[in-house]
Amino acid sequence: MTLTGWGRTSRAEVAACRPERAPAAVRMMGTRHDNGILAYGKGRSYGDAPLNGGGHTLLTERLNRMVSFDPSDGTLVCEAGVTFDDLLDAFLARGFLPPTSPGTAFATIGGAVANDIHGKNHDRAGSFGDHVLWLDLILPSGELVRVSPEERPELFAATIGGIGLTGVILNVCFRLRKVASASVVVRERRMPDLDAFMAGLAEARETAGYSVGWIDGMARGGELGRGILETAETADAGAGAVPAGAKKARAVPVDLPGFVLNPLSINLFNQAYYRRVPAEGRTRTLPVRQFFYPLDAIHHWNRIYGKRGFYQFQSVIPDAGAAQGMRRMLEAISDARAGSFLAVLKTLGGEGRGHLSFPMRGYTLALDFPRRDGVEDLLARLAAISLDQGGRVYLAKDAVLDAASFNRMYPKLGEFRAVLDSIDPERRMQSDMARRLNIRGHEGDRA
Amino acid sequence: MSAATWLVLGASSSIARAFALEAAGEGANVLLAGRDRDDLDRSAADIGIRHNVAVRVVDFDAEAVDSHDAFVTHCAGLAAEFGGGPLNVFLAFGLMPDQATIDRDPDQAQRTIQATYAGAVSVLHRLAPRMEAQGKGHVVVLGSVAGDRGRIKNYVYGSAKAGLHAYLQGLRARLFRAGVTVTTVKPGFIDTTMTWGMPGLFLVASPRDCARACLRYAAKGAEVRYFPAFWWIIMTIIRNIPEPIFKRLSI
Repeated sequence: MTLTGWGRTSRAEVAACRPERAPAAVRMMGTRHDNGILAYGKGRSYGDAPLNGGGHTLLTERLNRMVSFDPSDGTLVCEAGVTFDDLLDAFLARGFLPPTSPGTAFATIGGAVANDIHGKNHDRAGSFGDHVLWLDLILPSGELVRVSPEERPELFAATIGGIGLTGVILNVCFRLRKVASASVVVRERRMPDLDAFMAGLAEARETAGYSVGWIDGMARGGELGRGILETAETADAGAGAVPAGAKKARAVPVDLPGFVLNPLSINLFNQAYYRRVPAEGRTRTLPVRQFFYPLDAIHHWNRIYGKRGFYQFQSVIPDAGAAQGMRRMLEAISDARAGSFLAVLKTLGGEGRGHLSFPMRGYTLALDFPRRDGVEDLLARLAAISLDQGGRVYLAKDAVLDAASFNRMYPKLGEFRAVLDSIDPERRMQSDMARRLNIRGHEGDRA
Repeated sequence: MSAATWLVLGASSSIARAFALEAAGEGANVLLAGRDRDDLDRSAADIGIRHNVAVRVVDFDAEAVDSHDAFVTHCAGLAAEFGGGPLNVFLAFGLMPDQATIDRDPDQAQRTIQATYAGAVSVLHRLAPRMEAQGKGHVVVLGSVAGDRGRIKNYVYGSAKAGLHAYLQGLRARLFRAGVTVTTVKPGFIDTTMTWGMPGLFLVASPRDCARACLRYAAKGAEVRYFPAFWWIIMTIIRNIPEPIFKRLSI
């Protein structure tokens, strides 16, 4: 079958298996690995991280049982195919939220571990891996092992953010966060330019529970980096609570033709987005879903970019070089007239627990680009600026980075390789991304 | 009024698991019956965590008809423990070896009939008096489009399901008199382990959609339904192909 990343620029023909019961997954891992194998959840990584062209893929979508839950402290054990949407359905009404959450609720918990995902509360809560107490991993050999910071800590560190290369995650134990209501109080303010935005985010990371900035990627000159800063807190019980709202979603039924998104239409949209928040700002109480997952209200939103798909770029730059790096990147984007929709600017709080964890203390910028001629050059330019400022590119979003840059961005790559060499000498775990970025290293290399 | 309890027979199957989840989502308690205890325990935990309803696992083997008396008594007892709401039945088990396997080993034909037909009749016939006594409730049984006509590719399984369809017609008439509905659902292509990887499937429906439809049919007291509904058209055509032609086809 054909699988794609969410950006639909990366595609792969794979031999897929879809176990519905845990023992079947273990059995399949033990037997299907000619040309490698890789787990695939809901396909919300943008690039080729979840793809294994020409090899096997183990689909985890039917391995989605919740195994145990302790309401006294929110400890949940669930299978890797459970999604954030499942968590909200089951626990929001009982006063629990995921400890941190990506921008879509359709991502799986296995994917959250494998990409060590972060949310709008990274300064406060860290990334998903920071909340994992232990996980059950099917090794490439087919052996089922439990890993945690105490048990096999090196393998744990390789699995958190390890983009699936240590095996197939079967169960994950982590702690949900107790909240008083199913609503968030969101404050929105206009930020007239990049300096104001960076200062606003710097303040928000110290004071707000959640913070995220939406930047108009088309603005230039004195307006470069203008946008909307959102800060939010989970609402108190009863106080201003709003109904969770029906989960009615619309869908984009077909691929839109490529011309729909052009610099003019995107510019108009971005203008409107900026001006919808009044100059003096506003404060609203929103249902959790609407704040965390605005795009989930439109199923298959990736179709608006048409058949050719789109790239998402996300990198982080350490605090020290962030102002300069962000300016250089936004200028490059604006100059290229590449037509980026809203860009997202956030702060991150610190390093994750995985060898290949993305976060570091700094500022992170994420943007979508319709796939047009020349956009790969822009992406390479953005990666180079990030690297130049001591930053790194997020693998969950990436489809185009080169192996040399990757090597320099992830200083713990040597430790990661050492773990894989010990648990998977035959290199059964494979992915298109691993091959593109030469993540395993050349045979016989010693990092 | 106490919540109903759905007894789900063959609960490890994709559709049955989806059905149990959906029924629990509507507030029903659930009894998961089947052979794979470990898997059912995991599903039971899942349903209990997600929906905060009572869930129990009960060992059940369709072919072991000697055990069915005790099984039915046990289930009725559990439903009473849950608060005494009406007991409903969802039957999803069946054994479908491929025809070539059966042709090589005729004992497999016997097993297919035992599990798919005789086992179903055995357990339903033991449940029937209890359903009559409670004077309400629903029985939903997964039949098959394979039971609408014997086809060269699948006729042992098909004949077992055909027998089951006929049995259900009679059971429907009997339980109707007591206020209990009996629904035969004939699924077309559903995205389950049974159909995974088969070539030539089209318009495949999800187990969840099928499960939701089954709940809807039960609430309405529908008699016989195809799911997805357009399979009624396909099967009407297939049923009406004259036998001299049909025997030459390899569908």
